Amino acid sequence: MNAGSKYEAVIGLEVHAQLLTESKNFCGCANRFGAPPNTQTCPVCLGLPGVLPVLNRKAVEYIVKTGLAFHSKIAPESRFARKNYFYPDLPKGYQISQYESPVCEGGRVEIVVDGEVRNVLLHRIHLEEDAGKNIHEGSADVSRVDLNRAGVPLMEIVSEPELRTPEEAVAYLKKVRNTLRYLNVCDGNMEEGSFRCDANVSIRPAGSDALGTKAEIKNVNSFRFVKQAIACEVERQIAVVEEGGRVVQETRLFDSARGVTVSMRSKEEAHDYRYFPEPDLVPLVLDRAQVEAWARELPELPDAKRERFAREYGLSEYDAAFLSEERAAADYFEETVRLSGQPKAAANWIMGDLTRFLNEAGGEIAASPVTPERLAGMLDLVENGTISGKIAKAVFEEMFKSGKDAAGVVKEKGLVQVSDAGEIERVVEQVLADNPNELAAYRGGKEKLFGFFVGQVMKKSGGKANPAKVNEILKAKLQPPG
Amino acid sequence: MSLTEKTAHELSDLLRKKEVKAAEVLDGAFARIRAVDPSIRAFLTLMEETARKQAAAADERIARGQAGPLTGIPVALKDNLCTRGTRTTCASKILGNFVPPYDATVVSALDKAGAVFVGKTNLDEFAMGSSTENSAFQVTRNPWDKERIPGGSSGGSAAAVAADMCAAALGSDTGGSIRQPAACCGIVGLKPTYGRVSRYGLVAFASSLDQIGPLAKDVRDAALILDAIAGKDPADSTSADVPVPSHAAALTGDVRGLRIGIPKEYFLEGMDAEVEKAVRDAVEVLRRLGADVREVSLPHTPYAVAVYYILATSEASSNLARFDGVKYAYRAGRPSDLLDMYMKSRAEGFGAEVKRRIMLGTYALSAGYYDAYYRKGQQVRTLIKQDFDRAFETVDVIVTPTAPTPAFKIGEKTADPLQMYLSDIFTISVNLAGVPGLSLPCGFSSGSLPIGLQFLAKAFDEPTLLRAAHAYEQASEWHKRKPPAAGEGAKA
Repeated sequence: MNAGSKYEAVIGLEVHAQLLTESKNFCGCANRFGAPPNTQTCPVCLGLPGVLPVLNRKAVEYIVKTGLAFHSKIAPESRFARKNYFYPDLPKGYQISQYESPVCEGGRVEIVVDGEVRNVLLHRIHLEEDAGKNIHEGSADVSRVDLNRAGVPLMEIVSEPELRTPEEAVAYLKKVRNTLRYLNVCDGNMEEGSFRCDANVSIRPAGSDALGTKAEIKNVNSFRFVKQAIACEVERQIAVVEEGGRVVQETRLFDSARGVTVSMRSKEEAHDYRYFPEPDLVPLVLDRAQVEAWARELPELPDAKRERFAREYGLSEYDAAFLSEERAAADYFEETVRLSGQPKAAANWIMGDLTRFLNEAGGEIAASPVTPERLAGMLDLVENGTISGKIAKAVFEEMFKSGKDAAGVVKEKGLVQVSDAGEIERVVEQVLADNPNELAAYRGGKEKLFGFFVGQVMKKSGGKANPAKVNEILKAKLQPPG
Repeated sequence: MSLTEKTAHELSDLLRKKEVKAAEVLDGAFARIRAVDPSIRAFLTLMEETARKQAAAADERIARGQAGPLTGIPVALKDNLCTRGTRTTCASKILGNFVPPYDATVVSALDKAGAVFVGKTNLDEFAMGSSTENSAFQVTRNPWDKERIPGGSSGGSAAAVAADMCAAALGSDTGGSIRQPAACCGIVGLKPTYGRVSRYGLVAFASSLDQIGPLAKDVRDAALILDAIAGKDPADSTSADVPVPSHAAALTGDVRGLRIGIPKEYFLEGMDAEVEKAVRDAVEVLRRLGADVREVSLPHTPYAVAVYYILATSEASSNLARFDGVKYAYRAGRPSDLLDMYMKSRAEGFGAEVKRRIMLGTYALSAGYYDAYYRKGQQVRTLIKQDFDRAFETVDVIVTPTAPTPAFKIGEKTADPLQMYLSDIFTISVNLAGVPGLSLPCGFSSGSLPIGLQFLAKAFDEPTLLRAAHAYEQASEWHKRKPPAAGEGAKA
């Protein structure tokens, strides 16, 4: 028995998601990534003396909608709290967050791993503000502070320690991110840090209900790293226990270059944040009618969309799940169906060639050079027999590369399917004349050779002959004369 | 009577009748400041250039017939109120030469009303103290006796008004910092209801207790200033969206049938006999004016000082975290690393009392102590608030002494912080309860020191509070007395 199967991992995730509000959480500064340092600031987010925060109502709307999407309980009254610690990127010396009473409590996130559906319970979702950034480039003895990000609204989504494998953790994160994108409350960009993840990891004997001592792995900034970081942390903890040691409570950082986690600070070095209710803000009171109005504004979410795709378009479970996972892909699919009326063909092209080309080019589906309108145009050409399915492959590739529409590509390359019986007959006759031995064999009973003749005809016609017509004419011409 | 001795409403009458110009009023104020302030030391920064412009604008406005009651009135600002373009120090080294790029909302409001800012006044560092001795820059003297403190923390504002260096001033009151110095200096000081006046631009000491209010020569001036600064401010979420009545219009002089409560817990065995007599005499005056005087109980009063020094210091420990040497203000030279920069900058920049309170508050909020101190403090605060709610079910106004003694001597209590904290024993509960309070003079000690009388009312009932105080003031002469020390130097 290997050491791994004696233990199971217990994983809880904390997601920090920046909200897509126009302005910051407690002042009117623009919430925008990438501006020159300290240009998106004002006395409030700079933490100058005497200034006061004013809550951004849009951020409240976004967190409530998120809570509703995850079936959380929306608190009729919640409070902000100060989390006190010193760091140069934290201008007030405290972060305005929530502690004893968050906006959202409980909730669940449905994930599918290896075909199995699981509901991962949420602990809470609360609203807080982001810190700025310390910049250590340039001179070795100087650090600079950019406070453009200070005060950006941040939503912290905390799961219960309910995940068991790195795969489940990634499935959970993807589901959370996709849902936030559906809601249009967070762009989910892990590279720019608008969607960040800390993982709490512990191990325990398989089958046990007890919770082991956890390590918190900070700021793992891609799905791949989340998977790696959790896997290697679980491995590390198992090794510690197997060697007779004990896991200690600490904060660790994932070193992606070496593929290991390293200790950042121990429990003894942990901050005492001295949380207390933020006296500069009144309690956040949510009117029931307002919450209900926001609930009515929720878009169709991934789970509902998946079911509808299967039901309405007759897609398989797998196809429906694939196409509903991300809002952009789902929208693309539905727009293509609306324009072409061909759900199955649309699904096949999107999941096949389009996804492959997008992956190769590293592009997003929303910015695909082949728009839903153009894909639908191509599907029409296939359906009405202008081009064959085979030719369509080449047409699609050309559309993707050139950005032209299907009709344009077909015309330019002369790819219109030949359906004219006379023209096909000529080719068929030519092929039969060129292959007398095979013809004799076929007529002698070797009917398998039918495919060979089809292939020859298609080749000779440059792939443009209508396959149905080729079959029909070949069958007639292969009959023994007389 | 010289111009500088006049109240704001008296000056306003003269200005609007065009008997004097705002520029002349201002000349008088600055002449008075130059004559008197070298020995009083009320001001940290004079705003002569700003004031000249404001006075000129006031004169134009008066000429156009658009003057309000504060147009052309010389006013001083406590130096924890941010003033755009004028340094704001909080009487602390740590703010260095910090020049705010914004005005506090109350400063904008007074500017809009046409007031003229003569300067920024001294205070206990970050408003932490009861004597103004905790200023990092200077000790302000009481105009009635220069060996004595002017009270605090708004001691500079109180002394400036009492010594006629301005018609009125703004102060801030977290546990008595407007009312106690007003009592020490023989003037009127009003702490409005929490939320009545915007705190935006007031450098925070304890956010849930701080409130800005006027220090003035009489009740009418206090009411006029409150009229100008009260109201909801979108920049302060804790400012109340409660309609603002005209407070000046509430001064009817009539207290017949007004129910006045005397809390028995405020008259203790062994209290200063002269203070007790002055207050009881004042209550008699109110009774003779037709008020219905009765005893009330505020049973949790004995816990107020302890609760205050837990909650106020907790909030202060967090509010003062931003002074870290990173962004603005004071940074210690040659730190070895980040932690060293924090520690040295704060150790060198803050004074002893501020550091004491940061440590107290940090302790009270720490893991393992939070429940026993901060949370318990909040619970007792609720009980104190309920005391007032209950008392105000049976009375309209409560009357107490403002301070346990008249102004004490400079240096007398600096060695004993606990004795110093007890100076605010009668004013602190009011901030914890959030209700409005006003102090005005009700007599003098045998040593010719002013004694303060405190009026309290329920939240947002400043009209009744001011009406009662005004009626008493009309029936007494105490507010007309001028400090002897103020008579020195040139009279304008």
